[in-house]
Amino acid sequence: MAPVGPRSGDAIFSSIDRVNAELFTLTYGAIVRQLLTDLEEVEEVNKQLDQMGYNIGIRLIDEFLAKSGVSRCVDFKETAEMIAKVGFKMFLGVTASVTSWDADGTCCSIILEDNPLVDFVELPDTCQGLYYCNILSGVIRGALEMVSMKTEVTWTRDVLRGDDAYELQVKLLKQVAEEYPYKDDE
Amino acid sequence: MIGVGKMKQYSNVLDKPLSKGKQEVSLTAFAFLFSELVQYNQTQVDNIAELERRLEDAGYAVGSRVLELLCNREKGNRRETRLLGILSFVHSTVWKVLFGKVADSLEKGTEHEDEYMISEKELLVNRFISIPKDMGTFNCGAFVAGIVKGVLDNAGFPAVVTAHFVPIEGQQRPRTTILIKFAEEVLKREARLSQ
Repeated sequence: MAPVGPRSGDAIFSSIDRVNAELFTLTYGAIVRQLLTDLEEVEEVNKQLDQMGYNIGIRLIDEFLAKSGVSRCVDFKETAEMIAKVGFKMFLGVTASVTSWDADGTCCSIILEDNPLVDFVELPDTCQGLYYCNILSGVIRGALEMVSMKTEVTWTRDVLRGDDAYELQVKLLKQVAEEYPYKDDE
Repeated sequence: MIGVGKMKQYSNVLDKPLSKGKQEVSLTAFAFLFSELVQYNQTQVDNIAELERRLEDAGYAVGSRVLELLCNREKGNRRETRLLGILSFVHSTVWKVLFGKVADSLEKGTEHEDEYMISEKELLVNRFISIPKDMGTFNCGAFVAGIVKGVLDNAGFPAVVTAHFVPIEGQQRPRTTILIKFAEEVLKREARLSQ
């Protein structure tokens, strides 16, 4: 079969099944609230959200590769562009941009122009240490790990915390070598 | 100098205009999120009833917000006070906004005056879920039952709401029925209002 070229995030998003973003937002809010009640410590909640995101990420990458037609990225720069332009669009329907590259091209920032997770949300005083959208950083970390990239993803700006944008810093720690040959493939 | 530096501007959610609610996310994103909700709650409980109760709680939180949101946006700040009104609000308005369609059916229980049922052939939250045999009657619809309960309770119609699978002949998958049993006071008030 001829390789299929990468499709744009918009084209994929318009062709797949979608649900109302408010259902998604409110469900996420319910999860965060449950975690806050169960775990009590804001730090623990951050951790649990990241873990949940990670669980999602390692499963979500399959769907991403299958539906997007994206093949191997040549470098981390291309990877970051794919996440921002295709990934965010196809799952959340929002666009993101990549900026602030460091000199070796292993660290960049993804800026979300729109963030469907935070509609109707205001952080109360008691939750100031909470990274409300921490699930997203977990998703990116998990998904990249499945394509052999160990990364560290941290929030550097968060509107809920009083900043002017949502910014995620993605840092490539290690590219894990793949083992050839794949036995089940040949 | 003290006080120099960036003044953080916390946004106030009430200052923002109410969104039109036309935004969408992919169904997969929701399915993944919901599955994490179920899996997390599974680690917190040791029986099915407890798991359903926790899912219902999560749904309840969604329902109470949906009521507030939709009364503002769709109904010009008015909320239903009559039984049939609120039921059709759930069956049509709430369902349409959350699930993109009105519910398949809304029926009155034949045996009891206080029971109503909303049925759905393929409930969104059950779409990607298969229940392992050892979990018996567990139904993820408990989450939706919670949403319904959240809407009804906060509108002043306390009720017990549960989700059940009902097999349909000739179909592989059962439909999901949300059973609503209103509190006595609701029926009394309703009787008074209809005089």
